[in-house]
Amino acid sequence: MSQRKRVSTSQSSSQNKRPASLSLTATNDDDDSMFTLPSTSQVLKGLENLTEEQVYQKTAEVLQYFLVRDQKKIPIRRADIMKHVVKDYRNIYPEIIKRTARTLDQVFGLKLVEIDTKNHTYILINKLEEPEGMTSSSGPANLKSGLLFVVLGLIFMKGGFVRENLIWNLLKKLHVDIGQKHNDFGDVKKLITEEFVRQRYLEYVKIPHTEPVEHEFCWGQRADVEVSKVKILELMAQLHKDRPESWSQQYKEAHSALSTSSQATSSSQR
Amino acid sequence: MSQQMDNSHRKFLQSMMTNGIVDEQRAAMLYQQCCDTYKTKCLPDKLNDFIDTINSKLQPLFMQIRKGWSEEDGQQHYALVNVAETDISRMSSDYADYELVLFRKTIELIVVSETGQASSTDILNSTDTMTTKKLKKSETEHLLNRLVRDKWLTEKRGEYSLSTRCVIEMEPYIRTMYQEQLKMCHICHNIAFQCQICENPTCCIKIHNPCVARYFKNKSEPRCPACDDFWPHEIPEIHQPLSQSK
Repeated sequence: MSQRKRVSTSQSSSQNKRPASLSLTATNDDDDSMFTLPSTSQVLKGLENLTEEQVYQKTAEVLQYFLVRDQKKIPIRRADIMKHVVKDYRNIYPEIIKRTARTLDQVFGLKLVEIDTKNHTYILINKLEEPEGMTSSSGPANLKSGLLFVVLGLIFMKGGFVRENLIWNLLKKLHVDIGQKHNDFGDVKKLITEEFVRQRYLEYVKIPHTEPVEHEFCWGQRADVEVSKVKILELMAQLHKDRPESWSQQYKEAHSALSTSSQATSSSQR
Repeated sequence: MSQQMDNSHRKFLQSMMTNGIVDEQRAAMLYQQCCDTYKTKCLPDKLNDFIDTINSKLQPLFMQIRKGWSEEDGQQHYALVNVAETDISRMSSDYADYELVLFRKTIELIVVSETGQASSTDILNSTDTMTTKKLKKSETEHLLNRLVRDKWLTEKRGEYSLSTRCVIEMEPYIRTMYQEQLKMCHICHNIAFQCQICENPTCCIKIHNPCVARYFKNKSEPRCPACDDFWPHEIPEIHQPLSQSK
């Protein structure tokens, strides 16, 4: 039963996500701006002219494109999907993306999320949480996510924005010095300010009117959808040997985020 | 009758996507872990059925978890492969066209070689004949490193050979392209890249190293199974998988 529910979520969310005035808002200089999303009747007409096999084939190609791109955790732009894979099938794009989302969900346990509805970028989120004791990937990826969690945690506890010096100082206390090459992370500063930023876990923003220029960090779009604030708070509480409720502000935010996201899901199911 | 996928299947598939290829022991372990995690029934002799269920859903997507055999250690492996075309299509999103040209050249060098290997010098020299973009030496070396990192090639002391995953995934491609030049193992009748060759010029049969190890085990004087000439090569040890040698 839960299976069916999940399917309907991914189906309807991929439909709901699209604003109607899409062609007006997109002002990129690539060919995405030229793309007007076909209407339902256009899609139906397009499907009539294609065999089911052709649609399957194209869906499989789009799906593979997502999987390959996602390995690097870089957000996937709709313009790139169009240019590299969809090509002549743009008239049935909504149908293809709907089927892709459904298969990603049913077969791979991945959820397709549009993180930026203006520039149309997607990421894949793992719906199967890494269960405890599952040591399938204890490689460098996991160490990196440990570091990421620390940084996200600090930002969250400090109210959403943190100057970079504060992060570097904290990491130094944890024996991760940005001045030195780290055994597991290599160039730590590059990892945090470039890789995590590119993957949209973090945002690295210039603070206006600073001389010399200073930067601050906040959560990126991927972190917003993929990382649970409740979990982060629990982790931080554990480190302080305290209860999560002791940070009333953060506790409120973590749990309100939880309820709005579940509301969003339930409303899109209607 | 194909079974429905549940989260244990999905988790297994995710692990296959991360790893690309796993040996038999690791596959069995992953199967166990996935079933434990999602409280589903795990029958140790049903790994293949479990994988068949996943494959039934992967088939329309032109993907497959394929069983194959490693030339290096003689072990069964499972690799997640693309079956869309017999070409190197999946790599096209990770590698530029001219890089794939060089990869094809490398495959060719390896296939036609006696040893199943191509030296970095040979690969570097082959770039001169490329009609597409001319690659600099440093670019070629960088590309070879990437191909090793992405588990398409393996490298030992400057010699490159096809990885187990590459052989499993590319076998249809290699069979179509190099039908004439392909060598078959006299013992297991699979394609042989890295192997020993009978030195009798009228015989020249090939045997995989792990097959050599098994075939000549307990034989006092190794003789070619085809022409009965003396087998002059060093007989390798039988590879012991870690989990069985405990």
